[in-house]
Amino acid sequence: MLARRLLGNDRGGQVLLVLLAVAAVVVPLLNLAVPDGHPLHLSTYTVTLLGKYLCYALLAVAVDLVWGYLGILSLGHGAFFALGGYAMGMHLMRQIGERGVYGHPELPDFMVFLNWQELPWYWQGFDQFWFAMLMVVAVPGLLAFVFGWLAFRSRVTGVYLSIMTQALTYALMLAFFRNEMGFGGNNGLTDFKDLLGFSLQDDTTRAGLFVASAVALALGYLACRAIVTSRLGRVAIAVRDAEDRTRFLGYRVDRVKLLVFTFSAMLAGVAGALYVPQVGIINPGEFSPLNSIEIVVWVAVGGRATLWGAATGAALVNYAKTQFTAILPEIWLFALGGLFIAVTVLLPKGLAGLRRRRQEARA
Amino acid sequence: MKPLDHAVATATKPESRVELKLPLTNETPAGQTDRSTTAPVDDSPYPVVGQVYDFMLPRAAREPDTSHGVILYLENLTVSFDGFRAIDDLSLYIDRGELRCIIGPNGAGKTTLMDIVTGKTRPDSGSAFFGRTVDLLRLSEPEIAQAGIGRKFQKPTVFEQHTVFENLELAMAGERRAWRLLTAKLNGEQHDRIDEVLDIIRLGENRARPAGALSHGQKQWLEIGMLLMQNPLLLLVDEPVAGMTGEEMEHTAELLKHLAGERSVVVVEHDMDFVRSIAEKVTVLHQGAVLAEGSMDEVQNDPRVVEVYLGE
Repeated sequence: MLARRLLGNDRGGQVLLVLLAVAAVVVPLLNLAVPDGHPLHLSTYTVTLLGKYLCYALLAVAVDLVWGYLGILSLGHGAFFALGGYAMGMHLMRQIGERGVYGHPELPDFMVFLNWQELPWYWQGFDQFWFAMLMVVAVPGLLAFVFGWLAFRSRVTGVYLSIMTQALTYALMLAFFRNEMGFGGNNGLTDFKDLLGFSLQDDTTRAGLFVASAVALALGYLACRAIVTSRLGRVAIAVRDAEDRTRFLGYRVDRVKLLVFTFSAMLAGVAGALYVPQVGIINPGEFSPLNSIEIVVWVAVGGRATLWGAATGAALVNYAKTQFTAILPEIWLFALGGLFIAVTVLLPKGLAGLRRRRQEARA
Repeated sequence: MKPLDHAVATATKPESRVELKLPLTNETPAGQTDRSTTAPVDDSPYPVVGQVYDFMLPRAAREPDTSHGVILYLENLTVSFDGFRAIDDLSLYIDRGELRCIIGPNGAGKTTLMDIVTGKTRPDSGSAFFGRTVDLLRLSEPEIAQAGIGRKFQKPTVFEQHTVFENLELAMAGERRAWRLLTAKLNGEQHDRIDEVLDIIRLGENRARPAGALSHGQKQWLEIGMLLMQNPLLLLVDEPVAGMTGEEMEHTAELLKHLAGERSVVVVEHDMDFVRSIAEKVTVLHQGAVLAEGSMDEVQNDPRVVEVYLGE
């Protein structure tokens, strides 16, 4: 019954979930069971790269939820992603223990380097996995809640809200660059050793993280589908299309926005937390406003207001980015800009729109 | 007209109001009558825990106190936009169950008046009360809507991406809390209610079509249907027959007349033939103030009204 509501009308989503399930089995197999040198062998580098794409896809789904279904063009979702990443990074730092360069049992290297004597209060508790995981969703969620509460109540909408989200992520970037903040400043957090006792260098751990990312994307996708197919989702679309009208029907538009926006930020936090152990570093660059704009481009390329399209767009654009930056690194940003313009002009509904158009042509 | 009579009668019977407006009636067991004189009756299903003061109730959940027969009190309202007085010391009373038409030349302040009542515009001075106790100037738009004032806009604004059915579902009185909307489901009764309204507005066959694909007249109908779903005590209807054919207009007139009685209906309309066909009492606005009030014949023979309409 629930499955039918979530996926009955969503061919793209069905395909996405099947692909994820297949990938979650096949990718680790090709990496771990197929011997090195065999043509079918997948390098650990590729597995990690694919895992990264999955995290981006989850982030794109989170952005599409607020942009496609609620009409909030967030140009600051990179901030929630990075905060989730930092929460995970803090846990990984605490896990290093005495294996750091300075060998301090409690303080991460950069704190020893700064001559700090004890762990700041906000680093307490992060040695516990459950606490760190709670913070992965709680910190982005809380920030989104406070930000949204102020912005939505004052009825800041449209381009003004987008600019504010940019300012938010920019301000966080500047703050995290400062050494005094206690998050490793410029260098961020890195040199991670293990997670839950599994070495991050091991192929099996990498494969495990890939599977975890696939599961998170699948669950995140289903959660977003659950929202957009509920009455809350229909109210959200009503807000997107005619905000005033929705208000005159008696809906507290600010509350609806706040709920969905906060959930989306938490989802972005989860994506960030899975991303960090795979790439091995989190630094303030992740807060860069440009990053947040890129996410929006992924969603636009894939197709706004089709969650599976957003996920596809994220994977495709990032695949293109990997290829481009390997071959012609200088022109990647031009290519990205060109892609965005081309999609806006030629495919206003993104790649998902192409499929729909073909269906209509057939019908 | 027979099937319509029946449909409207069932749609507006008091019981259906009680069923659909649970949050309203639950919290104000004595709400239908003057609270100061009537104690809750013994066989009431609600536990009597002592006196509940008005100020302790959620603001939007108060039933308007219409013990003096008046549902809307507007007194000495003034609104200026950049020095232009859109509403100028306007006073107007709408009785419970009344069907009132408001006419007036362009710029007379008709739409601004509706904006004030629904909370979209705040007046510079004056007061607006829903019943004797609910101060509209202190409520937000959603609170006013939940208190029981529904509005149909001049330009039909339906949710174009949603189906006709979903438009009615969204408008339906009932759950409004964001968190609960996540799990809200239509029960059989609510389904029936939507079907009923679909019949009334003659859009049964279009229920699964996106509202954006409807004709202009059908959108007007859908919007009236959404008002019915909201089940308000006071309906503000801005130009309901713009873009309608003669037959559609007639049907609209029927419907509005049926709605009055149990609810109060305020219609703003330019089409004089239409106003004549439904009006009991007409208010003429001019330059933000009431110029004349009375039956259509009285108003039309008023020399000041004639001057305003013909003198320009």
